[in-house]
Amino acid sequence: MIVQPVLIVAAALFSLGIYGILVRRNAVMVLLSIELILNSVNINFVLFDAMLSDTMMGGQIFSIFIITIAAAEVGIGLAIVLMLFRNRQTANINEFDLMKW
Amino acid sequence: MNLLAESKLSYGDGGVFAEYAWILVVLPFISALIITFFGKKLPYKGAEIALATIGSIFFYSSALLYKHITEGIVNEFFIVVGNIGTFDIEFGWVVDGLSIMMYFVVGTVALLVFIYATNYMKGEVRYTFFFTSLTLFAGSMLVLVSSPTLIQILIGWELVGVCSYLLIGHYWETKDNSSAAMKAFITNKIADIGLMIGIIILALNTGTLRISEILYQSTHDYEDIKNVAFVAGVLLFIGAMGKSAQFPLHVWLPDAMAGPTPVSALMHAATMVTAGVYLLARMFPFYEAMAHEALDIVMLFGVITLITAGLIAVVQDDLKKVLAYSTVSQLGYMVAAIGSGAYTASLFHLWTHAFFKALLFLGAGSVIHAVHTNSMLEMGGLRKYMPRTFITFIIGTVALAGLPPFAGFFSKDEILASLNHEGETTFLVISIIGAFVTAFYMTRAVALTFLGEYRGHGHPHESDKMMTVPLMFLAVFAIGAGWVNIPGVYTGFTTWVTTRANKINEYHPESFDYTALFSGLIAGLLGIGLGYFVYQLQGSADKGDKLIKVEPIWTVLENKYYLDHFYFKYLINPTKLTIANAVDRINTNFLDRIINSFGLAASFLGQIVYNNFDQKGIDKFLNASSTSTDSFGGKVKLLQTGKTQQYLMLFLAGVVTISLLILFII
Amino acid sequence: MEILSNGLGLSAVVFLPIISALLILFIPKPYESVIKGVALLSSVVTFILSILVLLEFDFSKASQLQLGSKATWIESINANYEIGIDGISLPLLVLSTFISVLAIIYSLEHLPEPKSPKGFLALILVLETGMNGTFVALDLILFFVFFEIVLLPMYFMIGIWGDKTIRSVSGLKKEIETRLYASIKFFVFTLFGSAFMLLGFLGLYYRGNKTFSIPELIEIGSTGAFTGTFATLVFAVLFLGFAVKVPMWPLHTWLPDAHTAAPTVGSVLLAAILLKLGSYGFIRIAIPILPEQAKAWAPAIAILSAIGIIYGSLACLAQTDLKRLIAFSSVGHMGFVMLGIASLTSVGINAAIIGMVAHGVITGLLFFLTGSMSHTYHTRDMGRLGGNMKLLPKTGALLGFTAMASLGLPGLAGFWGEFMALLGAYNPLQGLNIVIFRSSMVAGAIGTVLTAGYLLWMLQRVNLGEPADEWKDKELHDADNYELAAWIPLVILTVLIGIFPKLIFGATNDAVVDLIFKAFGG
Repeated sequence: MIVQPVLIVAAALFSLGIYGILVRRNAVMVLLSIELILNSVNINFVLFDAMLSDTMMGGQIFSIFIITIAAAEVGIGLAIVLMLFRNRQTANINEFDLMKW
Repeated sequence: MNLLAESKLSYGDGGVFAEYAWILVVLPFISALIITFFGKKLPYKGAEIALATIGSIFFYSSALLYKHITEGIVNEFFIVVGNIGTFDIEFGWVVDGLSIMMYFVVGTVALLVFIYATNYMKGEVRYTFFFTSLTLFAGSMLVLVSSPTLIQILIGWELVGVCSYLLIGHYWETKDNSSAAMKAFITNKIADIGLMIGIIILALNTGTLRISEILYQSTHDYEDIKNVAFVAGVLLFIGAMGKSAQFPLHVWLPDAMAGPTPVSALMHAATMVTAGVYLLARMFPFYEAMAHEALDIVMLFGVITLITAGLIAVVQDDLKKVLAYSTVSQLGYMVAAIGSGAYTASLFHLWTHAFFKALLFLGAGSVIHAVHTNSMLEMGGLRKYMPRTFITFIIGTVALAGLPPFAGFFSKDEILASLNHEGETTFLVISIIGAFVTAFYMTRAVALTFLGEYRGHGHPHESDKMMTVPLMFLAVFAIGAGWVNIPGVYTGFTTWVTTRANKINEYHPESFDYTALFSGLIAGLLGIGLGYFVYQLQGSADKGDKLIKVEPIWTVLENKYYLDHFYFKYLINPTKLTIANAVDRINTNFLDRIINSFGLAASFLGQIVYNNFDQKGIDKFLNASSTSTDSFGGKVKLLQTGKTQQYLMLFLAGVVTISLLILFII
Repeated sequence: MEILSNGLGLSAVVFLPIISALLILFIPKPYESVIKGVALLSSVVTFILSILVLLEFDFSKASQLQLGSKATWIESINANYEIGIDGISLPLLVLSTFISVLAIIYSLEHLPEPKSPKGFLALILVLETGMNGTFVALDLILFFVFFEIVLLPMYFMIGIWGDKTIRSVSGLKKEIETRLYASIKFFVFTLFGSAFMLLGFLGLYYRGNKTFSIPELIEIGSTGAFTGTFATLVFAVLFLGFAVKVPMWPLHTWLPDAHTAAPTVGSVLLAAILLKLGSYGFIRIAIPILPEQAKAWAPAIAILSAIGIIYGSLACLAQTDLKRLIAFSSVGHMGFVMLGIASLTSVGINAAIIGMVAHGVITGLLFFLTGSMSHTYHTRDMGRLGGNMKLLPKTGALLGFTAMASLGLPGLAGFWGEFMALLGAYNPLQGLNIVIFRSSMVAGAIGTVLTAGYLLWMLQRVNLGEPADEWKDKELHDADNYELAAWIPLVILTVLIGIFPKLIFGATNDAVVDLIFKAFGG
């Protein structure tokens, strides 16, 4: 079974995601990057499920959970971003420092 | 154990009459309650209820006496009111010769005094309350004389004391009167210590509080009671000394004259003061069998009392005080008689004295009512204004002086005869001198009050019928009461009073003792003669007193042997003022100060602990720790910029660092 | 009745008042009449319950604990909710519920300043729970809890409703409000004693088979299990705890201050019931559990009692403050009670119990009267009073009656306690020093004279004579119906016990005889 290439893809996706989160200033882009990270994790789950031939299909079930949660998260996240944009006329994440001491 | 089968005289159990004798005791209390709550609303302000009550008592006691004379009654009844340890606390009533005699005396004298008082007290303050107290007194006295147990005696004993307190202090607006009442109560209370301890000793050594059983044990030589007989006998006598005003505890009785005159007549002459004699008589079998030495002490005090009180009576100018000291003196005779073992003679004198002394007091009251003063110096010549009072008073005087055929002659003669029989020559001589003194001061009183010219102001007048009729009835008794016990002729009285559950061993004179009879008679005649000579022929008290005034004896007598002075200076004032205040000062300045200083010390210690340990120690440390936390936090918070990406950056750096650490170091 | 015999009845007697007190807290202040109604109702119901208990009580078995129950309470230390009554506690329990009713009746119309019926009545009810509980508790911890509960309401009563005059205190430089001084002194003093008492209880627990149950400890104690220094110490601390409460000389000094400062109802309850907790403790706990030690300590107790009698009476003679005089008289009267207890005979202990009841009734009434008088006259100084019989005839007559009862007049309740205590002290338990006891008895007898002295003197100064000028024009109110309703029952009770002491002895005698038999053998 081919494991390594899949892992590399997943790692690459993960790194892209991290990069996106840290670097992009647009909040929507940050959300998208988070999606990338989640999907990299999904890939890993499915891969290891297949590799270990889990009879209970734990990896696959978990990846479905993650997809669901990701959808919900994006929904809430976009809603927050939308509200922020409405109030501040910007989606630049650097402008938001409400949680500062 | 059939106690009732002891005495050899023949008697019955009295039937229903004896069984319902409790009514005598209970009725007055119920009436007193009724008078208290409804008396003021009644037409005669409650006096009618009092009269009805005492009338019923009189009739019941007369019936009892009649039955007793005809067939003899000895019986006793008990009601258990509680048990304590092995003791039964019992009340009850005893119906025998002694108690029936007392019922009759109380009933008769009380009835006459009540009738008298309805008029005498008319218009006085607290008329209704006066009758409540009098009724209460009658009840209490009956509780006392009907008592088959020592505990009930004690109850009656103190109840009559309280009634006496209430009635002496009837005019309590004046401090002197309430002080006199207090004096009476407290003097009696002091004597009651003796009575109480005596009762306790007897009860513990016989295991019972029933008098008849105690007497049974003492006449049957029980060991336990024998050991304590002398002490118990003396202690009981101390109790009797208080109530029966024996020297040196007699001081309350003259002061008790502060009460209204009917009270003096009923309580402080006829009935209450004889309670001590009654107690000694009730316990007589015990004294006779076991406590003979105690009887000698009784006799000694009796004789001392009869002469000392008689002498004081000579120098009194207050009519009621003369009679009061005379009462003390006559009580001395009774006590001396009991002490010499003459049970009947003593009771006989109690019996006659009750009538003629009540008569004298009521007569004095009649006089005082007319002239509004107690002082004989402001009287005189009243025989013209108050003939009925005068005649009855003379009868009383002659009875008291002991001239035949009046009551006092027989009873005094019997006492003198008993003393003679016992061979107590010294005491006999003193008693005869006492008889002389008695006759002298009574003649003085009559002379100053009724003879000569009127020295006061206003117009005295004879008293109302309601007052003179009781006087006449009492006069009849003062004449005839002595005829019930004439040696050799009729000795019914001896039989009455010796008909008791416990046999009385005593000497009854079978015929007249002529030594005693003539010496007593001559002493009485001499006294009257001298008194008449000194006071009538000289005309006034001042002149008469000057004639016989012997310094310094006179001064001593006028100051009543300095007894009151002594009591106040050395007993009452030190206790009341010095010691009591010292105790109070100890309490506030010593005991309280200790407590307070504990408190102060605690609070001082608290200050130290608080300032040095708490504030400068523990608290400082705690404060330091909180301030340091605060300043550290102030610096650390700067990290929190609120920029998400910075957080993530740091987070990532952290993850990487930890991963590297895990990879390469561990 | 089943419901009474399984302990529910007693529990209700104990807890009904405190439940009602809680209920009262939830009633808003403006609804005064509702508050008063609830308080009165609950105290009356409690009283009726205690009467039902009395009726259910089997007098032929008065020496046994009856109508009780036992439930687990704090398992880890084996402390149980164990209650029950016998002939000794029954009269005291009924007295307690009875006096509480009267106290509440009196309070309906005569609240001390600052008027606040809610707080005041609730405190009385809490107090009642404490008092009732102490008399039925058969577990040392339970006893202790109830014993301490009473302190709190009394502290607040004195501290809030007490006498506001400023007084100086010996040893203290600045002046202080009477109520503050008195309440703190009362609280700390009694707590001091009971703290030691708790130590004693713990000592008994560890030596006595790890149980707090009083009946079990009595069983253990009567076999002679507690001996030596341990027992001496335990008795000493128990003595301290109870003697402060009684109070015995010289631990009495909190009493005059507390009584003087307390509001009328406070001093009534204090005198009538609270003082009895101490002497009850001696009879219920100290003597039966530690009989040998009781025997060793008895002469000392007798001497202290005798001193207390004489000392209290003498102190009374020196008083000018009416309430303080009555307070000191309690020292003397409780001296008789303790003298009876010290004799360790059935006569003496019976005398102590009837003395306790009589003192509760009589001195309670005296405090009612003097409290009401000081409220009317706004002074307690006997130098200014006088002629009370003219100004307030009803109050005056009752005061006269009660003073007579208090001086131990035969035929009234006070007599039995005094006389029988002396009777007991004359022949104490075999083996006790007879000289000491007889001397104490004579001292007690002299005390009766002094008692008569100060009470009659008080009457002369307060009741008799002409009224002073300052009162002549004032409008003074004699006793009203609320006051009479609270007082007359006490008068009746005084007379009833006086002429028929079996009311008390009938319950106590068997129990006391049994107690003495168990503790000291035949």
